[in-house]
Amino acid sequence: MDAIRTEALTKHYSVGFWRPRPYRALEGLTLSVGQGEVFGFLGPNGAGKTTTLKLLMQLIYPTSGHAEILGRPVGDVAVKRRIGFLPENPYFYDHLTAEELLEYVGALFGYSARECRARATARLDEVGIGAERRLQLRKFSKGMLQRVGIAQALINEPEVVFFDEPMSGLDPLGRREIRHLILRLRDRGATVFFSSHVLSDAEALCSQVAIVVGGRLVSSGHLTDLLALRVRGWELVMAGLSREAIERIPGVLRVTQVGVDRYVLELPLTPPPEQLLATCVAHGASLVSLNPIRDTLEDLFVRQVAAAGTDRGLSTPDARSPESTR
Amino acid sequence: MRTIARVAVSVFRESVRNKVLYSLVCFAVLLISTAYLIGQLTAGQDIKIIKDLGLAAISIFGLLIAVFLGITLVWKEIEQRSIYSMLAKPLSRSEFVLGKYAGLALTLVVNVGLMGLAYYAMLAYMATTFPPEARAAWPAPAVDPALMKALGLILVELLLVTAVALFFSTFSSPFLSAVLTLAIWVIGTFDADLRNFESVVASPSAAALARGLYYLIPNFGAFDVKLQVVHGLPVSWDYVVTTAAYGAVYVVLLLTGAVAIFSRRDFK
Ligand SMILES: Nc1ncnc2c1ncn2[C@@H]1O[C@H](COP(=O)(O)OP(=O)(O)O)[C@@H](O)[C@H]1O
Ligand SMILES: [Mg+2]
Repeated sequence: MDAIRTEALTKHYSVGFWRPRPYRALEGLTLSVGQGEVFGFLGPNGAGKTTTLKLLMQLIYPTSGHAEILGRPVGDVAVKRRIGFLPENPYFYDHLTAEELLEYVGALFGYSARECRARATARLDEVGIGAERRLQLRKFSKGMLQRVGIAQALINEPEVVFFDEPMSGLDPLGRREIRHLILRLRDRGATVFFSSHVLSDAEALCSQVAIVVGGRLVSSGHLTDLLALRVRGWELVMAGLSREAIERIPGVLRVTQVGVDRYVLELPLTPPPEQLLATCVAHGASLVSLNPIRDTLEDLFVRQVAAAGTDRGLSTPDARSPESTR
Repeated sequence: MRTIARVAVSVFRESVRNKVLYSLVCFAVLLISTAYLIGQLTAGQDIKIIKDLGLAAISIFGLLIAVFLGITLVWKEIEQRSIYSMLAKPLSRSEFVLGKYAGLALTLVVNVGLMGLAYYAMLAYMATTFPPEARAAWPAPAVDPALMKALGLILVELLLVTAVALFFSTFSSPFLSAVLTLAIWVIGTFDADLRNFESVVASPSAAALARGLYYLIPNFGAFDVKLQVVHGLPVSWDYVVTTAAYGAVYVVLLLTGAVAIFSRRDFK
């Protein structure tokens, strides 16, 4: 059984006050996330990530399609016992202290008062909220609220964890802590589904990713397998060669001088660079480094955003530009 | 059921920390106490006016509290998005709404209780300031248990107003909810006049509308027995119980509607 499964999940909002028009926030998302995976749900701002998470939490209802968590339809109270959710830019009852909030959340799971307190303490320790836990949440900074949000999501030691932009609002140290926390969750066997527009987060954490742009899934799979992220050439750094010698090498796409006799050569994917390397070395050059050139996720975003265009309206031609509808 | 109780307790705790509510209750208690001064000014041989003023203060401040809490509670939760994490917890949307209402009801019971205590304390003190001859002429004693009937029905009325406010707040802004709730309260309070409306206006459609409103909107006037108890006229327990049941039916209907709307809506 998959931890999360969606089938043609679609959400249209109606926008515009005088003349409401449908707007595609999410279109036909089909995904499955296996248990125990750390799954990165990636996409630029406005791609439909939060919409997807809200659909999975049944905060909104789909226009069409279907979603399941742990084999049960979303919204099932029994399933909610086994999951945790961190909303985007979380906000909580601001008259409560962090400790009280966590105890209340624990009480909703039916834990005894004693257990609520123990769990609250443990989770707040885990996310690095110290003595501030006795302060009312209205006095918390964005980053601290984010940590409290993570703590409340984990109060029940969930089997499936949903994080919407878990790193947002955190300083670099905080980001590293959250990365470690996610890896600890994985080691415990939990499934972690998190959204992010920051690609390095995903590259450091995920086994699987899905990329959404403009409300549509554009690719999914192993990060390294993603077609769009395949190696597209080689970057060769050589020392001890003369400019003339380099100019005579066939098939070099670009040459950049980076030192007195140091050059960066950009080579195509084929032929493989071994042959060329051997020739150069035979001519007395020394190898500094050889690296594959990949598209970064950034490149992919940029390309996909351009390709997906802005067409998210449904019927009327003037609904084509979302800017005009927001 | 336990989940509803947990939500209710948290609502009560929130209201205890709510400054607006605090000040309303304090102000009401203050006002009840000043009824004493007013009593001194008005020749002071009758306690009726003081009793009446006190009950009026309790019902007006109660109304403010009921409307204020009823319209802001759920709306704030949606607006500030605290509802996102809450609804991901193991509780259904109906448990959430019913818990909110139960918490509001608890808050009202406690607040009306406090105001009632202040009221009785004020009356007890007042009684000692009157000469025995004056007291003998009163139709009812100062500390009259019958006042409890009036207080009880005020409470039922407030619980109903809260349900109206909560109902509107599940789908509209606080301002609109407040306007609608108060409009319903005003119409419901002058309900009897609606019935006679058709004898006043010529237009049959206006008369039909008035009759429709009369049957749809609860008759808030029924909860007002202030004059009777203040003047020592009998109010039967039958009447109190029937009227409370009448209010309860409306509360159930309104909560059913609130749950239905709340369960279907998107939280965007
Ligand atoms: N309530 C709403 N009404 C209309 N459009 C919305 C609403 N919520 C989100 N959208 C639109 O849907 C798209 C996806 O939004 P979202 O899922 O929040 O993106 P993100 O990937 O940044 O989390 C955005 O273009 C956003 O403007
Ligand atoms: Mg988002």
